[in-house]
Amino acid sequence: MKFPFKVNNKSKDLELLPNETLLHVLRNNDFTEVKCGCNEGECGSCTVLLDGKPVNSCQVLAMSVQEKEITTVKGIGTLYTPHFLQKSFVEAGADQCGFCSPGMVLASYSLLKENPKPTRKEILTALDGNLCRCTGYVKIVDAVEMTAQKLQTNNLEME
Amino acid sequence: MFKYVNQPIEKIDGLALVTGEEKYTDDFSFNNMLYVSVLHSGYAYAKIIDIDDSEARTMHGVVEILSYKNVNRILYTTAGQGYPEPSPYDTLLFGKTMRFVGDNVCAVAAESKEIADEALKKIKVTYKELKPILNLEKSEGSSIIIHKDDGAFPKIPVFYDAKKNIASKVEANVGDFDSAFKKSSRKIELDFYCSYGSHCAIEPHASVSYLDVRGRLVIISTTQVPFHVRRIVSHVAEIPVSKIRVIKPRLGGGFGGKQEILLEPIVALMTWRTKRPAKLVYSRREVFKSTRCRHEYQTKVSVGYEADGKINALHLDALENAGGYGSHALTVLANAGSKTLPLLNKIENLRFTGMGVYTNLPVGGAYRGYGATESYPAYAQAIDMVCEDCGLDIVEYYKKWCIKSGETSAIFQALGEGKEGVAMTIGSTSLVECLDEGAKLSDWYEKRKLYGPNSDFNKGKRLKRGIGMVAMMQGSAIPEIDMASAYIKMNDDGSFNLNVGATDLGTGSDTVLAQIASEVLDTPVESFIVYSSDTDFTPFDTGAYASSTTYLSGQAVRKCVEEIKKQILKVGAEMLSLSVDEVELNDSRVTAKENIKEEVSFADICQYSLYQKNQFQIQATASHISPKSPPPFAVHFIEIEVDTFTGIIKVLNYTATVDCGTPINPVTAEGQVEGAIVNGLSYALFENYYFSPHGKMLNDTFGKYGVYTAFDIPPMKVKLIKSYEETGPYGAKSISEININGALPGIANAFYNATGKRLHSGPFAPEYVLKVLSEK
Ligand code: FES
Ligand code: FES
Repeated sequence: MKFPFKVNNKSKDLELLPNETLLHVLRNNDFTEVKCGCNEGECGSCTVLLDGKPVNSCQVLAMSVQEKEITTVKGIGTLYTPHFLQKSFVEAGADQCGFCSPGMVLASYSLLKENPKPTRKEILTALDGNLCRCTGYVKIVDAVEMTAQKLQTNNLEME
Repeated sequence: MFKYVNQPIEKIDGLALVTGEEKYTDDFSFNNMLYVSVLHSGYAYAKIIDIDDSEARTMHGVVEILSYKNVNRILYTTAGQGYPEPSPYDTLLFGKTMRFVGDNVCAVAAESKEIADEALKKIKVTYKELKPILNLEKSEGSSIIIHKDDGAFPKIPVFYDAKKNIASKVEANVGDFDSAFKKSSRKIELDFYCSYGSHCAIEPHASVSYLDVRGRLVIISTTQVPFHVRRIVSHVAEIPVSKIRVIKPRLGGGFGGKQEILLEPIVALMTWRTKRPAKLVYSRREVFKSTRCRHEYQTKVSVGYEADGKINALHLDALENAGGYGSHALTVLANAGSKTLPLLNKIENLRFTGMGVYTNLPVGGAYRGYGATESYPAYAQAIDMVCEDCGLDIVEYYKKWCIKSGETSAIFQALGEGKEGVAMTIGSTSLVECLDEGAKLSDWYEKRKLYGPNSDFNKGKRLKRGIGMVAMMQGSAIPEIDMASAYIKMNDDGSFNLNVGATDLGTGSDTVLAQIASEVLDTPVESFIVYSSDTDFTPFDTGAYASSTTYLSGQAVRKCVEEIKKQILKVGAEMLSLSVDEVELNDSRVTAKENIKEEVSFADICQYSLYQKNQFQIQATASHISPKSPPPFAVHFIEIEVDTFTGIIKVLNYTATVDCGTPINPVTAEGQVEGAIVNGLSYALFENYYFSPHGKMLNDTFGKYGVYTAFDIPPMKVKLIKSYEETGPYGAKSISEININGALPGIANAFYNATGKRLHSGPFAPEYVLKVLSEK
């Protein structure tokens, strides 16, 4: 069955079964940038934004969010038009295996949108739901700080 | 001075990773694909009397079921190691005996994952439950035999005694420990227990397979060892190597957990039999229970020494829990000795004894640190005790007694991987500088003065503080066993294809290898199109393990590019009508030494060589093995606060100084250090496997298992202190593993400094800490 959804600012008909989670539906419809590390709401690799708020898509029934704006990491920026937040991740070396990166980028994005000048502690709290086994988090936090700095020096807003 | 090496170059796959463009195994799907689910044993030890899959087979959408009934009985080891493997051949893809909760019973392939899962429930398995061994200390010589009459055998001539449940045994002696120990005026003994641990790569294990247009089997897999996958699948699934292609796409972390051949033979057989694509992705729970983990260890150190601190004799004994199968049981054990004992090489009488035993608990395997993580807690606490007893500063002690450049240790030769080791003299080391610099960065001397169990700072206080340290070594590749190779060809525009068997599992090795190539040719990293790894298109490499990629694969790349350089210079000289001696490389050009304005670009050179005169393809391949395994060194200083009411240990500051030779990429190298430290901390303070009385792991989710999150990390200072390793590419050694080893011993020594008590068992969870504090 196909149902209309709004993903990354576009309307899209997604193939799904009524009891499927948003994670499965997105992945089955080629949004493979949304990753599955546990399927139990404990790692954050499946993070997407629903109306701008980060959620674990493995814990959400797809049918329940038909009305909402869904944003995956590609909705923030793509390989061809990367967001400066994504560029900061690469500059800071926050990208090791990259499996946690889509979720980390989205969690950081939503933090910076709400709070463009977060303290280190606020960053750590915001990323608490996203596991990374490679980086030890240090360079991910650096990347968020670097982005906050870019926002300030260039008088930018997150978008 | 280097131009591309030792520079913080951004990862070449970075943007694709952070925009979600890169593809991991589970991101590949194919038309008409089958979904595979595996039934795992719920018993720790049982015989299967019968499997009745008749009902499942008639279910709509079920296509194939594999079990001992229709899969040939072929013994192998799941360990992805060099051939012949040092791990015993004691495993069947589907056998009749279940040896741990999580062992493979059978597998179903169906039109959807839901149908496959449903079918598993319809399969009736009749078990005869057997009494299991669930305690490593009770295994050796038990009347319960775990591999009884199943034909398990060692593939290489090593000690192996399945009748006594002994999966591996290692012994090495230097000098005469017994008499030197006896004669020593002071003696200490210390034991330490290391718990199970899971790698927790965030990407779970997955494999997808399909047949290509010529009927060859293609396997895409989450593997650190594509070439070992090809060889082992060929053996187990009885498909010729020539018919198998293994592709490693992006990998979501490995840490040793993906050095194991587990899912690949299952999808391979499904595809081979049904001629349809097949995909198997493990759930997180399956990864915890059914794949591989850090071995459980009980170690003991005995030291005989004198009042001035001189150690006469040191004995390290290790008892290892292999679990149900002996994957890496021998080599992890050997490394528990070979990666610690050479550090204080002036000890004349050394003894290492180790035994790996089978139990009916989860199976150990390769895990970052590989034995050293398990042996440093006892070893480094013992050194701390000697210094404490003799009133010596431990930093100065390490400086005095540690191995130096030009020196050796008899252990290098005495302890190999299933055979004699390789004698080696230390070339590069900045260990002494690491000790000094780490002491400075961590305010070691001030804090040692301030803290101490009887200090004013701590006495009678609820919150006690301490600082501890540990010095460590590891290796870089397995000498004279591991082999790496590279292939390079030049393209019309002066770019190059760099094809390597080396397996980037998230470490950034594709970038590091490109940097090495750039340095040789004086051309930017962007000129290299790096492809890794694919058994059809990249030359052989043993894989990403044993801290080998930068050191070994890097040197293969360097050799290969040196060859390309010769060819480029030759063509360039011909084009400039000069001799090869009269030209040099200069920023992606060949120029005349005498006159830099006489130049030809790489693009012109390649076009000339492809289209104009004396045409040939500028290309080369090279292989590399190493006669030695130069150790990287690291020193960790850890400052903690112990809450004596709750038993919670809080890490206040973590300082690491590291000698990895030349860091080819300082940012990715630092990332390796930070990641390893945090994994080590998480293991030291939280991570463990909790079992039911029947041997079932109870905490098989991220939440219950307790991986460190961003919120848990302490302030960290990491400093790389260069040395230059002549045998490595541009002076590089390894860095990926060593820094996971510091947290347990460093915290234990800090704990002693705070409380005057010794810790003997990891993880240092609050209940255990309280127990230790309450002991008289
Ligand atoms: S996959 Fe959703 S939280 Fe882990
Ligand atoms: S970069 Fe690998 S899990 Fe975060």
